[in-house]
Amino acid sequence: MLRIEELRKRYRTGDEALRGVSFVVLPGQIVGLIGPSGAGKSTLIRCINRLVEPTGGRIFLDHLELTALGHSALRQTRRRIGMIFQEFALVERLTVMENVLSGRLGYVPFWRSFTRRYPPADVEKAFALLERVGVLDQADKRADALSGGQRQRVGVARALEQDPELLLIDEPTASLDPKTSRQIMRLIREVCAERNLPAVINMHDVLLAQAFVDRIVGLRAGEVVFDGQPNALSPEVLTRIYGEEDWAALQSRQDREADEGRSSGDEEAADAEFERRASLA
Amino acid sequence: MRNSNAAPVSPESPAKLIAAARTWRRPPWVCSRAMRWTFGAGALIYLTLALASLDINWPRVYRGLARGWQFIQGFLIPDFATRGNDILAGMQESLTMTVTATVVGILIAVPVGIGAARNLAGPPVYFFCRGLIALSRSLQEIIVAIFFVAMFGFGAFAGFLTLSFATIGFLSKLLAEDIEAVDETQAEAIRATGARWWQVVNYAIQPQVMPRLIGLSCYRFDINFRESAVIGIVGAGGIGGTLNTAIERYEYDSAGAILILIITIVMGAEYFSGYVRKWVK
Repeated sequence: MLRIEELRKRYRTGDEALRGVSFVVLPGQIVGLIGPSGAGKSTLIRCINRLVEPTGGRIFLDHLELTALGHSALRQTRRRIGMIFQEFALVERLTVMENVLSGRLGYVPFWRSFTRRYPPADVEKAFALLERVGVLDQADKRADALSGGQRQRVGVARALEQDPELLLIDEPTASLDPKTSRQIMRLIREVCAERNLPAVINMHDVLLAQAFVDRIVGLRAGEVVFDGQPNALSPEVLTRIYGEEDWAALQSRQDREADEGRSSGDEEAADAEFERRASLA
Repeated sequence: MRNSNAAPVSPESPAKLIAAARTWRRPPWVCSRAMRWTFGAGALIYLTLALASLDINWPRVYRGLARGWQFIQGFLIPDFATRGNDILAGMQESLTMTVTATVVGILIAVPVGIGAARNLAGPPVYFFCRGLIALSRSLQEIIVAIFFVAMFGFGAFAGFLTLSFATIGFLSKLLAEDIEAVDETQAEAIRATGARWWQVVNYAIQPQVMPRLIGLSCYRFDINFRESAVIGIVGAGGIGGTLNTAIERYEYDSAGAILILIITIVMGAEYFSGYVRKWVK
């Protein structure tokens, strides 16, 4: 369980990115963070594993106060928190396998990681994860040889290789096409369900967020302005988060997609067919 | 060809006419016209005066042409045989100096370069390493060579130390700059797994800077070889000593042979480094 209390972040430039954000992520819950650019979504997610140092408030993972950890305890705790990035953030010149194995860096001594001699269990887990996310045959390719969707699958595998208790996901689909975006979101949902993993996902595609998360937290100018079910995102709420806009258009598109959603079995089949063709090509 | 099917754009469209009537010029660097002219004229006057101050002795130049022609003739008919043993020994010494100095230089330059990268090192280490680089770069090879010759006597050891010292300044500076320019998100992703500092360097930084480091090392190798010919003149061993002796004795054919060998080796190194760079990309 993740608990955020009155989280504040003021950058050295004086910009106040977060102004007292509080919410709780329950076990197994997938929370979508939405909000306009600059609302503090990325800052919030990076404050949780302290890639960005918060300037106020507290964050708890179960009963451990993340905001009070010293250098080495922080490093050890980061192992329990997997992170998935917007532009994948794979190390491009390393192989796919090295990228996945880098999820174990917090657990193995330097010489083992330097010589790439990971414990057999770690390697076995990495293979299993590559198989799970569907890029097993790419294991020895360099990460920059993969397509966007494949790279993000590797990103997911790297995060899961850590055996995380929480996933932080920053705009996972921002650089992917709509179809691949849905596949990745579906994959994230499935792996979270398999492990009862809670996740915090930054998204700017409202429809995609609505379709794939359990709960939505809306941020605006560093403050939580909405916290509720995805289907409670009414035009009024969207106006509160993003400002004035003709939200009815979005709403009707959403209804249309909901109708199409009934044939989601077909969509799965279509995805599989697409991937089969992609692998042949 | 493809455009032939497209509808021709009417040149008489009103928007086009208005657009054609407007003019645009790139905003000048220096806003005030008077200032622009002052700067321009000032630079021109300085250049004229500076050129005029060069004291050129034309009769001497004319007499020197004959000597220059002799030099070129020697170059055209190089004599490898007469001083063959000296040339061979000098080349051998130069190559030994170059190889050892380049290797030792790289071994020291890598840690210094890492320490001189602001995104990896703390302020004390940073300033120490930057100081070392500044020291190495501010001293010209000849001056360093004279110093080491005075300290350790004539011979290849002084040359080896000189070239190592120069290599450290050159490589660490460029490596540090390359490290500072890496894609931070890759490092962030590795840091987020709970990796230690050394693991971040090994997994996120090294793959990103390796191709350039290898390219620069090859480049430094041929700089070192060329320098070995120069520092030999002040007694730091290598082919430079042989070359100096040949020129002093007016044996331009032997000097030509030496220069041709130097050019060949530098070109060979250049070709090789181009090949290596393509291979490590």
